[in-house]
Amino acid sequence: MNMLKGRVGLIMLGTALLILPFVLGMAGTAWVRITNFAVLYVLLSLGLNIVVGYAGLLDLGYIAFFAVGAYVYALLASPHFGIHLPFWIILPIGAFVACIAGMVLGAPTLRLRGDYLAIVTLGFGEIVRIFMNNLSNPINITNGPKGVNLIDPFHIGPINFAKTDTFAGLDVSGPIKYYYFLLVVLMVVIVINRRLQDSRIGRAWVAIREDEMAAKAAGINTRNIKLLAFAMGASFGGISGGMFAAIQGFVSPESFILNESIMVLAMVVLGGMGNIWGVVAGAIVLAFVPEVLRYTVEPAQMALFGRTLVEPEVLRMLIFGSALVLTMRFRPAGFWPETRHKREFIEPAEK
Amino acid sequence: MDIFLQQIINGLTTGSVYAVVALGYTMVYGIIQLINFAHGEVVMIGAMVAFTFITSLAGGNLPAPVILLAGVLAAVPTCMVIGYLLERAAYRPLRHAPRLAPLITAIGMSIILQHLALLVWGRNPMSFPQIMENPIIPIGGAVISGVQIGIILLSFMMMAGLTWFVYRTRFGIAIRATAENVRVAELMGVNANRVIAATFIIGAGLGAVAGVMFGTYYGIVHYTMGFTLGLKAFSAAVLGGIGNIAGAMVGGILLGLVEALATGYIGDLSNLCHWPGLGTSSMLAERCADGGNFVVFGSNYQDVFAFLMLILVLVLRPSGLLGERVSERA
Repeated sequence: MNMLKGRVGLIMLGTALLILPFVLGMAGTAWVRITNFAVLYVLLSLGLNIVVGYAGLLDLGYIAFFAVGAYVYALLASPHFGIHLPFWIILPIGAFVACIAGMVLGAPTLRLRGDYLAIVTLGFGEIVRIFMNNLSNPINITNGPKGVNLIDPFHIGPINFAKTDTFAGLDVSGPIKYYYFLLVVLMVVIVINRRLQDSRIGRAWVAIREDEMAAKAAGINTRNIKLLAFAMGASFGGISGGMFAAIQGFVSPESFILNESIMVLAMVVLGGMGNIWGVVAGAIVLAFVPEVLRYTVEPAQMALFGRTLVEPEVLRMLIFGSALVLTMRFRPAGFWPETRHKREFIEPAEK
Repeated sequence: MDIFLQQIINGLTTGSVYAVVALGYTMVYGIIQLINFAHGEVVMIGAMVAFTFITSLAGGNLPAPVILLAGVLAAVPTCMVIGYLLERAAYRPLRHAPRLAPLITAIGMSIILQHLALLVWGRNPMSFPQIMENPIIPIGGAVISGVQIGIILLSFMMMAGLTWFVYRTRFGIAIRATAENVRVAELMGVNANRVIAATFIIGAGLGAVAGVMFGTYYGIVHYTMGFTLGLKAFSAAVLGGIGNIAGAMVGGILLGLVEALATGYIGDLSNLCHWPGLGTSSMLAERCADGGNFVVFGSNYQDVFAFLMLILVLVLRPSGLLGERVSERA
């Protein structure tokens, strides 16, 4: 009976997700695009969740891996170098390069304790951004602050993801195609995450998070397992970055500032570190915040004061900052906590 | 002009500012073993408040030093209040939580402070009004400005003052006792909460002055200035051995010098045209002809050096130059 109920729920959720873009499309294609970016944030958060949630390693430079994936895609599929590889070749390359970047960062730093690791990853993220800003001289690799333009959209056979096609009398716009593609990737990533969580590796991550000494004593190769967390988180970031570049059609170092890392971290923290569904929910809620603000706060201020006193952009960051502070303060395990984390965060306080 | 000497002077100036900011990190860390992540933003707000005062007073006919002093006197208490609120909001409630928790709240506080500053002072940089002469004094092929001398002197005075406070006063003893062992210090009658709050306040006060000095030196303040400055000062604190007051000073000066020298020389060193054999080789001949350049790393990589140094120190010698703490504790 229970199983049947679960199945029905799943089918209903699936149907809802399938028709969602057409419903949103009626309100305007912009909303489909916004949803796509929300899904990208979900993917990023799930990647960061492996590092922060499972393994308990606070990574403040996570956006660097996203940047690496985006730039790999941009450089291999744009007129900048005149290379136009198909996406199914570039995405794995991007994931691989990001994975290498993750290992390069991880290998020397993983024996550091938590807060030092956080600062080092933050420095790493900044270094990556500074390089992207400056690698236009003396040889133009990244085109500097101007970024890379005219990035190729996805192509599957005759289907071009930048154009509207008609299937069985139904107009399917570019963003809707990306939506379905992202949905498939998201499902794959969630399945991988779930399998990881219950695997030997997932349990090893949790063991390290809870007590590294004990984990080591139990025979876990803590260095390799931590490195694996970094590498996996990084490659998820790399794949998301590639898709971001294709959807946006343009990348520049501006998109990969520290605030973005913080935003993804806020999504993971708000939802509940280590819990897949919590992270998904946290990411969706926070990803829509800026859009909701744009459509509510700005008109409200115009009506009340006749001008914009607080830009939605600023308000967004204030909300993210407060989300971090208030969540850690009052619901340290997040809004949809993972049971083990809940024990860790709440019970010692009650002692 | 002697580039080496000039960069030493410039490095000493920025280094003293880093050292003063680093004191804020190191004092807090010494007591509660946590990074005060929002310290850089406190420094930024100090600079902003002081600049607002200085700009609004600059029109009147007060003498320049009085205006400057008024700016500092406005900035210091403001920052102290912020430092105290920071401790109450982000650190005290989470003192017994897992280590990551206060770090995350501190990141949140730093984002909040940064964007509140953006709300108050706007997106555009504010420039320092010309209220006084800045004499340029030549020494041995290089030059040092009045502002540079002032910054170096003031920094050393503050460091000396703090050292005296921590090692020669009753409250200083309480601070050191709490840093050694909170429980035992409490048994000896030390009010640990007050001591911890005091370290935040003192660090914030020093940071405010550092912010004014930094802004005066570069002639410009901006709501994002606290981030890089804070990160560099933290690197300096780690370099010297975090938790160690003398270490923060040494680390700050050293970081300033390394950064200045690296920035001064990296452009020439990485100019492949000057490399023997390479400059005339077929690949670069075209670029290098007629005194052309092929600079791989220009001075715009300045910030990278501080971050690289931070990573190198943390990886190779996490206890810092003068540190005694083991850094691998969970």
